[in-house]
Parts: sequence; structure tokens; C-alpha cells
Amino acid sequence: MELRERIAYIVISLLASVAIVSVILIFIFITKESLPIFFNPEIKKEANFRSFFLTRDWQPIGLEPKYSFLPLIVGTLKVTVVALIVALPLSLGSAIFTAEFAPRKLREVIKPIIELFSAIPSVVLGFFALMTIASWVQSIFHATSRLNAVTAGFALAFAVIPITYTICEDALSTVPRELREASIALGATKWQTTIKVVLPSASGGIFAGVILGLARAIGETMIVLMVSGNAAQITWSFLDSVRTIPATIAAEMGEVAFGSAHYAVLFLLGLLLFSITFVINYIASTLLERTQKRLRGEK
Amino acid sequence: MRFREKVYVFFTFLTVVIVIGLLFYIIFDIVSNGIKVVNWEFISQPPREGMTKGGIFPALYGTLLRTLLMLIFVAPIGVFTAVYLNEYGSGKRFSRWIRLAINNLASIPSIVFGLFGLGFFVLFLRLGAGLLSAALTVGLLTLPLVVVSTEEALRAVPNSYREAGFALGATKWQVIRLIVLPQALPGILTGAILSVGRGMGEVAPLLFTGVAYYLPYLPSSIFDQFMDLGYHIYIMTTQSFDVELTRPIQYGSTLILLVLTFSLNIIAILIRSRIRKRRLV
Repeated sequence: MELRERIAYIVISLLASVAIVSVILIFIFITKESLPIFFNPEIKKEANFRSFFLTRDWQPIGLEPKYSFLPLIVGTLKVTVVALIVALPLSLGSAIFTAEFAPRKLREVIKPIIELFSAIPSVVLGFFALMTIASWVQSIFHATSRLNAVTAGFALAFAVIPITYTICEDALSTVPRELREASIALGATKWQTTIKVVLPSASGGIFAGVILGLARAIGETMIVLMVSGNAAQITWSFLDSVRTIPATIAAEMGEVAFGSAHYAVLFLLGLLLFSITFVINYIASTLLERTQKRLRGEK
Repeated sequence: MRFREKVYVFFTFLTVVIVIGLLFYIIFDIVSNGIKVVNWEFISQPPREGMTKGGIFPALYGTLLRTLLMLIFVAPIGVFTAVYLNEYGSGKRFSRWIRLAINNLASIPSIVFGLFGLGFFVLFLRLGAGLLSAALTVGLLTLPLVVVSTEEALRAVPNSYREAGFALGATKWQVIRLIVLPQALPGILTGAILSVGRGMGEVAPLLFTGVAYYLPYLPSSIFDQFMDLGYHIYIMTTQSFDVELTRPIQYGSTLILLVLTFSLNIIAILIRSRIRKRRLV
């Protein structure tokens, strides 16, 4: 190979490796900053796995700081559940209509419009939720606090819908025509075909869309930071204020002393988020790949 | 179709109406409230009287500057990653790893990027909290958008073009540089525009990497702290001492941010649909 060709190849390969290096570095640096929790005896005394999972309070500021993950996990779960309850029927229904029943022309309009949802920055969704959704929720449920898990979950749904919708719609439209035609030829109606043939064949892709939406809901920061009320508490009611893991990191990292126990705990929470999304993403991409292969008839 | 089935189909249609209705309602709400305060003075003047009056110029300036800086890093890396995937590495294990990493970057929560930016760019590389650290952090977050769009564009370049190049004695790099990349330019542009649109609206990755509540001066170097439009919205709505008083400013800033991100996304959609149409012809 000529020298210039070699240089081009090497430079391009190096640039291409940036993505891999970044993911590894992200993992290393988030882990590195949270390591003191495991190895530094001073910090271990203040923050350890006993306090994370066997106590009930998150009060990092004060004479005796308390670091329990439980209220944060409860808060994250609450908003995520609400977000999925709102987002899944809407995104699945829309995906089914777009892929199966919309005339071609209409489909080409609907899809980009719904996908425009993802162009709204999360801080804008948070602002809209603060001004409008909070009032809606207030007038329906009459909660003690305007800012609660229902408000935050509802707002989060707007961030979940474009992701789940796009992936599900893609999964449905890659189901081969032959499958549908065979079903119709056997006397099934269009709706029966959709429910009994198309949905099951696309189930892998649909599940991937759902869990990627879930990952988005768990990791979203600005929306929950603005409208969840940010009170770390363990209660059953969805109308209480909650505090999620990402919102905790966002709200507290700015005022924390570098190298303190609090600092390490916040990085550990970040590591937890990173691991959750890493696993979800791995499952989703494996599923998507497998579904596509099957639908192309390779297995 | 039986009546019952028509009802089911109608329900799926209804979900589309609700989703699109919500989207338009959000736009309507922001536009109708924001338009009242947005004028040239709002865009070109700094905040006054403890940020209760005046404009948003420094925040807008900071956002544009950090996004431009981001593009300088993310565009070459993203484009050449896609070139590697499509032109050199198809079927190689290294390509599988790259794809896995890109997928991952796309799904890591933005606040985790913020933590990484703090731990790596700000502290470890000692770049400090400023425009550069923030731009690099957000750049990583938008890298997948550039790679995916560019790859789609490269895939759309017919193989016969490449073969024609080789037949004339061109080397691989010459074919890429003189034939493939120019052909794929609109798609590459789409990716760059999408990444700018996405990067502009991100706030969480900036929180620990250099964004400032208020600065009396504009940043003069890439290591300086900066104000940011999205962050401005956040602090005005939650930390400002009189939230009600600054409501118009909040709506105005939100409108500007929404107009910026939306117009970029719509431009990207238009370019993309033109590419797809041309391919069909």
C-alpha cells in the first residue's frame, strides 16, 4: 500500500475508535471517582452499603449525613411507572396506526411529525410541565403539592414517546408483506392480521422499543429536576413529591466538596445509572438484531 | 371490516391524534406566550436589574459558541467513524465493537455525561470548567447522531460509483475523498445539523462543566465559563428570587430555544426527504 493510503487508513481507524475509547473512559472515570466508598476507611464509615440499602433517609447535608438510596430508587420508580403508563399506549397505538392502517401519504406526514417530539429539549418540556401539566394534574387530583410523581411522570412521557414510537413503528414496518398476505388469504381480517401475525413477529423490536423508552425515563434529568418536587421520601402515594437518582446528582454535585463522601456517593449513583442503561441497551440491541435477522429469513 | 374492528382501528387513530395534538399544544403554548416578549432588544441585550429585565444575549451567545465548538470536534470524528464502518470495516470485529459503543453512547443518560465531563475533561485533563469542557462533553453525547446519518448517506452511494473510480486506477482513499464523500455530502450535513440541534438544547451535561448563572462579561477564551440558554430557562424558573415576575423572560427564552432546535430539525428532515426522493428516481 502506498504511504498516503496507509496514513489515511490509520487516521480513519483512530477516529473510529473514539467511540469505543469514550465508552470505556466513561466507565473508568465514573467508577474511579466512586471507588473511595469501597477503599477509603474514613468515607466507608460515613457511606457504605448498609447505609445505602438498610436506612431510609437521604440527608447528605448536616452534622450526621445520611445516604440511603431507597427514597431515590422509590422516586425514580414512581415517575418511571407513570411515564410508561402514559407513554406506552400512546406510542404503541400510534405505531400500529402508522405502520398498518395509515394510507401511504398520511404515513409520510405522521411519522416525521411525531418524531419532531424528540427535537424538543428536555428543559423546554420541563418548563411546559411546570407551567401547564402541573396545573392539569392539580385540577384533576387536588394533590397537596403541585410538583409530584404524577406531574413528573406525565412530562417524562413526552420524552419516552418519540423513542418508543420510532422503534416500534420500524419493527412493525419491517414485517414482510408475505406474512400479512398469507394471513389475509386465509380469511383473517386486517385487524386480526395485525394482532395475531404482525405484532407477534415484531415482538422483539417492540420490546426493545419499550425498554429503551424505560431507559430514557430512568435517566432523564432536567424534566424531573424541574417538576418532581425534589423531596426524598418513601411513601406509597404517587401524588407526593419525589426525588429521582438523576435529579439528585444534578442538584447536589454543584455544591459538593471534591473527594468527600457525598462526592463519591453521587458518582456511585451515576455508575448505577450507567450500568442500568448499559444492560438495557445491550438487551435491546441484541433483540433488534435477532428480530431483523429472523424477519429477513436468515434463521 | 366488522364494526368492532373499526372501533379498534379508530382507537389507534385516536392515539395519533392525541400525540400530535399534545405536540402542537406545547408549541402553541410556548409560541403564544413567548412571542409577546421576543423582540430585537430581547435577543441583543444582556439581562438587567438582577436578571428581572432586559434580554438574553449572553445566554444565546454562550449556547451558539459552545455548540459551534462542539461541531468542530464531533463532525470529523463522526464522519470518519461512519467512513470506517461503511468503507473499510464491514464484517470486521472492530466494526461490531464500534457499533456497540455508538449504540451505548446514544443511550447513556445525559447527566452521566455531565459526571464524566467533570471527572475527565475538567479535573483529569485539567481543562477547567468552561466552554471547551462543555463542548467536548456534549459532543460525545451527539456523536451517534452524526455517525448514523453519515452512514446512511454513505450506504446510499451506489457501488458502481466506487467501482468506476477503481477502474480508472484511483486508490481507496482517492475514491472515498473524491467520489464517496462528495456524493454523501447532503447526508453528512443532515447529521451535523441534527447534532447541533440536539446539543443546543442539552443542559444536564453542562451543569458541572462550566455553565454559569450570570456573567457580567462575554467569554473571551475557550476556557472561560459561559451562560447558556437552556440553563437560563432552568434557573429562571426554579432559582430566581421572584419566579412570577420573570415569567415573560422564561417564556421568551424558551421560545428562542425551541425555534432554534425545531428549525434545525426541520431543515434536517427536509434535506433527508430530498435525498430519499432523489434515490428513488
